[in-house]
Amino acid sequence: MSHEPLIVLDAVNKWFGDLHVLREVSLTVDRGEVVVVIGPSGSGKSTLCRAINRLETINSGSIRFDGKELPAEGRALARLRSEVGMVFQSFNLFAHMSILENVMLGPVKVRKESKAVTRERALSLLDRVGIASQADKLPVQLSGGQQQRAAIARALAMQPKAMLFDEPTSALDPEMVGEVLDVMTSLAKEGMTMIVVTHEMGFARAAADRVAFMADGQLVEQAPPAEFFGNPRSERARDFLSKVLQH
Amino acid sequence: MDVFSDPANLQLYIDGFLMILKLTGASSLLALVLGLLLAACRVAPVPVLRAFGAGWVHLFRNTPLTLVILFCYFGLYSAVGVEFSEDIHVNNYWLAVVGLSAYTAAFVCEAIRSGINTVPLGQAEAARALGLTFTQNLRLIILPQAMRSVVAPLGSILIALTKNATIAGVIGVAEASNAMKGLIEARGDQTIAIFLVFALTFVALLVPVGYGFTALANRLMVRR
Ligand SMILES: Nc1ncnc2c1ncn2[C@@H]1O[C@H](COP(=O)(O)OP(=O)(O)O)[C@@H](O)[C@H]1O
Ligand SMILES: [Mg+2]
Repeated sequence: MSHEPLIVLDAVNKWFGDLHVLREVSLTVDRGEVVVVIGPSGSGKSTLCRAINRLETINSGSIRFDGKELPAEGRALARLRSEVGMVFQSFNLFAHMSILENVMLGPVKVRKESKAVTRERALSLLDRVGIASQADKLPVQLSGGQQQRAAIARALAMQPKAMLFDEPTSALDPEMVGEVLDVMTSLAKEGMTMIVVTHEMGFARAAADRVAFMADGQLVEQAPPAEFFGNPRSERARDFLSKVLQH
Repeated sequence: MDVFSDPANLQLYIDGFLMILKLTGASSLLALVLGLLLAACRVAPVPVLRAFGAGWVHLFRNTPLTLVILFCYFGLYSAVGVEFSEDIHVNNYWLAVVGLSAYTAAFVCEAIRSGINTVPLGQAEAARALGLTFTQNLRLIILPQAMRSVVAPLGSILIALTKNATIAGVIGVAEASNAMKGLIEARGDQTIAIFLVFALTFVALLVPVGYGFTALANRLMVRR
């Protein structure tokens, strides 16, 4: 294990055609740290998340995870991805598999762990996120909040070194947001390294070690939540906060 | 109808349809495997494979099957020297199977590919994020969900293949249409009857196939 921070982005640039989506983004995340990324829609937050497990490739700069440059392809890349849990806005549970099968798939197929051992762990994870009784159902039979908790359990089953959350509550009905944020808050308390893209300012205040504010592909400012919400330094952040905090 | 009361004629008719079944059986299996591989190529992250898959589909989907079968005989066999058997009948059978499979695989590939396109992008993405390889992703996540919408088109392709098997006749394979031609030439007085018997045999064989595939497709209807 290396002593450098778990995730290190250095001067990362990303274009989609002519669109400069990430501009010289540099960000470090220490082991056990929880970084909440906020910013207006289209500012590049999802792209940033996706670049960290190489669902998107970058054009320049470097991304290091656990002391190593991200592998470009093949088995090494698959291994990296298996060490970084990802939770999507739209859950993306495998529609043709039961909840339990969803959670067991990664450990069994990627890590080649035994089914018996994996099953134990999967069931206890489902219990932990409060949906043990849904284990044998298909994703479509669950509410959005339950599906997202299952997706978190699926990511945790790989025993990842870090978790990336891309707007995990944005597709949920309001009454289900809390149950998902509760699971995330307890994960944060247990010391999981997390990058969370969200519009839930309450979660940012309660669970984040640091808030990173993005606008137009740039990481405009970073600060502990109390400082960021109490005294944002940039004009863009003040403007953004005044809009989102009105509601 | 006394044409079929002659045992030799009856045998010609039976052998013709047995040959259709043999051609269809072997070609459908080969076309399924090849079509699956081609579909995998078409969605692979490797540009060379994608180009290969696309090239195959464009070539075979837009070439008349008669030309493909004739090429197998005059090109593969006569010019290049591909020989499956010393026995000319067995050899022609396999040359026809190669042509039918290569041709049908293009359609199977496109049916599977459009099935793959019905699976939401997020499914493959979540699988990649877990660390599944491309082939695991295809095998465990994408294809099982795609197959449900591929079954019905595969039924139509199988029906087309069975009828297309008659084109093996152009390189002398003794299949049903050749048998029919032989019988008509021998018994010109019963042309209509002979024709109807052959046509209705195809219908009787293929109507259940159509219903079977429709029923299967309905059973597999995806819930999302
Ligand atoms: N695959 C893509 N192809 C082209 N443009 C994209 C793609 N993905 C995202 N974009 C564009 O990149 C910009 C940043 O997108 P995104 O990272 O999703 O922002 P955010 O998550 O902050 O809303 C947006 O303008 C978006 O339209
Ligand atoms: Mg986004």
